[in-house]
Amino acid sequence: MTEKLVTVKNRAGIHARPAALIVQTAGKFKSKIFFKSEDEEINAKSIMGIITLGASYNSSIQITAEGEDEEDAVEALAQLFEKRFEEE
Amino acid sequence: MKSFTVLDLLNLDMQEQNELDLRCLGGRPGLARSITVPDLNRPGLALSGFFDNFGYERIQVFGRGETAYLNKLADQQEFENIERFFSVEVPCVVFTHGLQPTKEFFAEAERTQCPVLQTGLSSSEFAARVIRALTNIFAPTRTLHGVLVEVFGIGILLLGDSGVGKSETALELVERGHRLVADDAVEISCVAGDILIGSGANKVLGHHMEIRGLGIINVTHLFGVGAIRDQKKVQLVIELELWEPEKTYDRIGADERYQEILGVQVPYLEIPVKAGRNIPIIIETAAMNERLKQMGYYSAREFNQSVLKWLETENARARYFQDRDPMSYDDLTSR
Repeated sequence: MTEKLVTVKNRAGIHARPAALIVQTAGKFKSKIFFKSEDEEINAKSIMGIITLGASYNSSIQITAEGEDEEDAVEALAQLFEKRFEEE
Repeated sequence: MKSFTVLDLLNLDMQEQNELDLRCLGGRPGLARSITVPDLNRPGLALSGFFDNFGYERIQVFGRGETAYLNKLADQQEFENIERFFSVEVPCVVFTHGLQPTKEFFAEAERTQCPVLQTGLSSSEFAARVIRALTNIFAPTRTLHGVLVEVFGIGILLLGDSGVGKSETALELVERGHRLVADDAVEISCVAGDILIGSGANKVLGHHMEIRGLGIINVTHLFGVGAIRDQKKVQLVIELELWEPEKTYDRIGADERYQEILGVQVPYLEIPVKAGRNIPIIIETAAMNERLKQMGYYSAREFNQSVLKWLETENARARYFQDRDPMSYDDLTSR
């Protein structure tokens, strides 16, 4: 299992568009990928789940992945957060 | 669970028989204090100076007795116990019967930033209502990835990997007149010991669904309020999975299988998905079958019973005719 803690760096937080980006990226990997914030854990391949997290600016999310390509998956998702989902 | 603050308690939107009728008199900065146990304390003993086993982490309820005692302390100008009372961090104090705290008590509460609330209810009624509300809030809760629908009155939780078709199945069920409770993130809480109540994990998002190729749709607007429900008891868990040819699936259904959620055993079915299988109809049938079971009629078992009975009579007949040799069974029937 690979884990990484990331921070939401874009001002608007995770709304529909970043959520779609996350789901598309997560969907490319075979691993089971989960996002954890506070007490909630949701499947990173489900767009409604990610929006439901209500991750706003500066909140942190723990990405966990389990499977054959877990390291690449976590890295690719962390990159998205790092690049602020190509937003401000 | 997220921490439940005194402000959340004030904001609880309970109706009629559950209304808490709370207002804040003072100590507002302390509204951010969190309530950690779903319990109350009557601080009579503490006020009289006995602080052993003082339940400071509970909501402190001041009824007529405690308030009368506060007035007596004020008359005697004794405030040591009140200071000691506020030296530990109690979540909040509540005055019932619409009673007012004494001036000194109130000042001390303001100084230590402890919220002072007031309710018009009697102490016993307030205690019953607040415990009822807090028990639900503090109930063990889990968020699951799945879809919760109500089919023929049975709450069915659909589970399965991403892309197996949970949302599409739910959409078809809604189209067929059943109800959507929650899509994708289902929050399940265990109340009253063995009842699982499921609802959408996020009330703000309402009844939206994601359908591949369509995007996000609003079920309420598309299908009307009759197509949705806010919460529903989880009575059946159905796991959808892609058909694996090597795997053996239940062909009889006489054995009950269960899935454990928050310590509660829920009937569980595994339904394989492949092209040409109409999953919504299978789910409707499963729901009706579940209702039959709740009425005490188990299709698979009753069927097996009648097969056994039939075999037994056949056996008895064959033996009867065998005994009456030389006339064989075949001769008799061919006549």
